[in-house]
Amino acid sequence: MLKSSHKTGLVFFPAFDWAIDPTHPEREERLLYTQDQVTEEGIFDIQGIVEYKPDLVTPEDIQRTHFCVPDERTVTTESHLISAGGAKAIANAVMNKEVKNGFALVRPPGHHSMRVSHGGRGFCHINIEAVMVEYIRSKFGLKRIAVVDTDCHHGDGTNDIFWHDPDVLFISLHQDGRTMYPGTGFPGELGGPNAKGSNLNIPLPPGTSTEGYLYVIKNCVLPVLEEFKPDIIVNSAGQDNHYTDPLTNMNFSAQGYAQLTSMLKPDIAVLEGGYSIEGALPYVNLGIILAMAGLDYSGVIEPDYNPDRLKQSVSLTDKIKKTTDQIMGYWNQRDQMREAAGTPGDILIRHREVFYDTDNIFERQKEKIRICRDCGGSFEVDSKATPGHHILGVHIPINACDACKEKAYEFYDKADKTKYHKIYLQDRPKDYYEVKQ
Amino acid sequence: MILGLDVGGTHTDAVLLSSSGIQERVKVPTDPDDLFKSVLSGFSALLKHTDPEQVRRVVISTTLTTNAIVQKTMAPVGMIVSAGPGIDPEHFRTGRHYYAVGGSINHRGREKAPVNEMEIQDIARVMQKAGIEYVGVVSKFCVRNPSHEILIKRILNKYFKKVFLGHHVSGNLNFPRRIATTHLNASVFSLHKNFFQAVEKSLEEMGITVPIQILKADGGTMTLSASMIFPAQTVLSGPAASIMGAIPHAPAGQDAIVLDIGGTTTDIAFLVDKTPLLEPVGIRRGQYKSLIRSLRTDSKGIGGDSALRVNDGKLTIGPDRLGPAMAFGGPGPTPTDALVVLGLMDEGDKDKAREGIRQIAAQLSMDDREAADHIFRSCCNIILKKTFEMIDRLNSKPVYTVHDFLEGYKLSPAKILLLGGPARFFAEKIEDMYKIDTLAVPESSVANAIGAALARTTCEVSLNADTEQGIVTAHEEDFAEPISKTFSEDELVETAYTLLKEKAENAGADPDNIDEVEVVEFQEFNIVRNFSPRGKIFRTKMQLKPGLIKGYESVLSTNG
Ligand SMILES: [Zn+2]
Ligand SMILES: [Zn+2]
Ligand SMILES: [Zn+2]
Repeated sequence: MLKSSHKTGLVFFPAFDWAIDPTHPEREERLLYTQDQVTEEGIFDIQGIVEYKPDLVTPEDIQRTHFCVPDERTVTTESHLISAGGAKAIANAVMNKEVKNGFALVRPPGHHSMRVSHGGRGFCHINIEAVMVEYIRSKFGLKRIAVVDTDCHHGDGTNDIFWHDPDVLFISLHQDGRTMYPGTGFPGELGGPNAKGSNLNIPLPPGTSTEGYLYVIKNCVLPVLEEFKPDIIVNSAGQDNHYTDPLTNMNFSAQGYAQLTSMLKPDIAVLEGGYSIEGALPYVNLGIILAMAGLDYSGVIEPDYNPDRLKQSVSLTDKIKKTTDQIMGYWNQRDQMREAAGTPGDILIRHREVFYDTDNIFERQKEKIRICRDCGGSFEVDSKATPGHHILGVHIPINACDACKEKAYEFYDKADKTKYHKIYLQDRPKDYYEVKQ
Repeated sequence: MILGLDVGGTHTDAVLLSSSGIQERVKVPTDPDDLFKSVLSGFSALLKHTDPEQVRRVVISTTLTTNAIVQKTMAPVGMIVSAGPGIDPEHFRTGRHYYAVGGSINHRGREKAPVNEMEIQDIARVMQKAGIEYVGVVSKFCVRNPSHEILIKRILNKYFKKVFLGHHVSGNLNFPRRIATTHLNASVFSLHKNFFQAVEKSLEEMGITVPIQILKADGGTMTLSASMIFPAQTVLSGPAASIMGAIPHAPAGQDAIVLDIGGTTTDIAFLVDKTPLLEPVGIRRGQYKSLIRSLRTDSKGIGGDSALRVNDGKLTIGPDRLGPAMAFGGPGPTPTDALVVLGLMDEGDKDKAREGIRQIAAQLSMDDREAADHIFRSCCNIILKKTFEMIDRLNSKPVYTVHDFLEGYKLSPAKILLLGGPARFFAEKIEDMYKIDTLAVPESSVANAIGAALARTTCEVSLNADTEQGIVTAHEEDFAEPISKTFSEDELVETAYTLLKEKAENAGADPDNIDEVEVVEFQEFNIVRNFSPRGKIFRTKMQLKPGLIKGYESVLSTNG
């Protein structure tokens, strides 16, 4: 009789009746073979593995994380609400100590969704991990959370949502942005002025193999986590680093994913991308599930696996080591960098442009943040989308100091109503959201 | 006339039914050492006043094979499993002669590594030398492609009496359960065959020549000959018989709870519009998990003979049984003693019952009657609490589509049907406490035999069509046919229906009773590679629902 070493929760929501469009990589068939594999392996019969039904996230759950334009209903479909709800169900199971850890195998994914969401970016409409993290912080009062994004694409949405937040450590491993959508995630992107070093972006060269991934985990991710001491670790478990993935150019394997999971020991893993639905997903997901449950995964090997063909070159290994050293350097200087970012009370302005490839929307943002040493700092973001709306979003961080709270209400009250379609207030300390139009 | 017989752990119950109602009812003690004798004495008692020529149908439900598992009297059998990538198959070892071999098939049914014929030959010789007669062969994903199982069987045939294949067990995926179930089939086969052939022969001698039907765990029947392919299906058909017996009294168009209150345990089951709920994958009882289709029942350790205790001033009931009630010579007080003290039950030794309840009353600082009432209420409470917990679990089961998430059926029972010895004492109390329409099923003591007698044939087919690979298969039925790229949903459903009808008729279904067809599952997926469509995958499951044969329901429901 197979028995896991501790209780592990699973939410399996393959959304067999939802697709972006019939030939899109993010379509009905995506988790079909995974379901076949885990069902055939008898995963749900293993003593200690508990299957949960996905929950449904509410507009209030989304409002902790996003400014949805014009509103949550318009930006999401039922699938998005259930997918994020799957992550929420696992979070509840873990936080209520029904299980030690859990894995939400859900679709659609979410890690390209930013704080302001005018629609779909990289198959994502709302950020399912971020919605879950904010739910956990509000409902269970956790302070420090680490999100490690191992999807092959830069988790630019999660990166954006926690950009100014010193209490959420966001680490993204991904294929170098010069060769891959969304083209961001370079080592110098380290977080906002009040949170420098709490966003770590680790670009990896095309062709990185299992050896390279595990090197970065061992020599960068684990030491940083050790120092950060998060209350929980969340893994955005994207599976498109696999050597058979059609959208990427990496050489990671199912064994590698399982080992990564054993090393990282995430409390919660949430499935992100992964589009080699036949050759990779069934094995990778099985490997991760077994690793989460503390079970032997040595037999989970792709039928066509050939380690010799996937070996990475010496020069590539050197490159990865250099990047790792660079990131560790930044991490060790984070306090000085925050110090140098500005004087408390100052307002810092940032301009940027965001392209929504899924929905063909172009967005311009102007962000103002208050420099603060006592909290993440309140900010306002002026966002104009074509086609679409012009809005202003004001955010008060969950651990905001009084001065920042005051500044945020000033942003909100002074906003010119004639200029915006809507003005949003996200008051995280009060767990409150308001819209003026 | 129909003969229904249910061999239970303590009693063998039998009924003779005609279209005007119950003609005979018999209860004989079961002799666990000679089940055959129990069955025959049941039949002879029933047929005392009836001409055997008039018997049109015979259905037997027996826990024979279950007992064999419990007592581990099964003959040792060999198992050959081929797993391919995944969990180490050593975890699913069934016994000493268990061999994990090479060869692998993937989830699409494509061969990834061939069978090593020499390896199989060597294992066959070793098992033959050890005196093994029956062997099971299971390969992972055989449901998608059974060619490895078939090839291995071809090699093994000359060494063994019979070889059982995994893909004949179920169209459902689940390798560990398939191993367990195939092993069970191989293990109980000779016992099953010898027993039922002996019964058949004896009935023939009595003048009954209609083929014997056997009740399956899913509440349906099959002929003796059909059962030889999958004898393990009769495992745990006991609870199924009782649940089927409750159906005539269930409300149409509504949900009902069935509670079979026994001495040691209470079995809980549910009917939706007179149709019992099935286990989604297969029988699951504690550690024992299979791919055997069965009714969804849960057995809880509380019944009329449960041991009563007081711990820290609090009453506990069960889950164990020390013996019968003190009123019937048992060693300690039980809920049945409470019923006697309350004057609800006339049988038994009243003084002994009071003596027992007094022990409990003293510890609870109550008078006898108060304590008896407290025990009775607690008993109802525990049973109903477990029932509602089960309903919550059923209503929170995972879903895999947006549609199911939004439209998922929620069970909300409007009626409780009680079966078993103490049922009639409980009905009024439960109705009073929970304000749910509650009925002690009439003829409750032989409802199980009635259920067996009236159960219709059930079966299920699972089809998988893959237009990229150009094939539609139902490997469980040994069916595979080429299809074109344009194969449609309609063609799939039509193929499934033809197979289902054929399967039902082979299992002995009466053509008048095969119209309750239901598509249980239908899925359609585009296969897309590199952004271009390559074909479609269709999956469907179609079943004949469990239920009663026509023409008897009304007779029984008015009979009470
Ligand atoms: Zn990433
Ligand atoms: Zn990705
Ligand atoms: Zn502040």
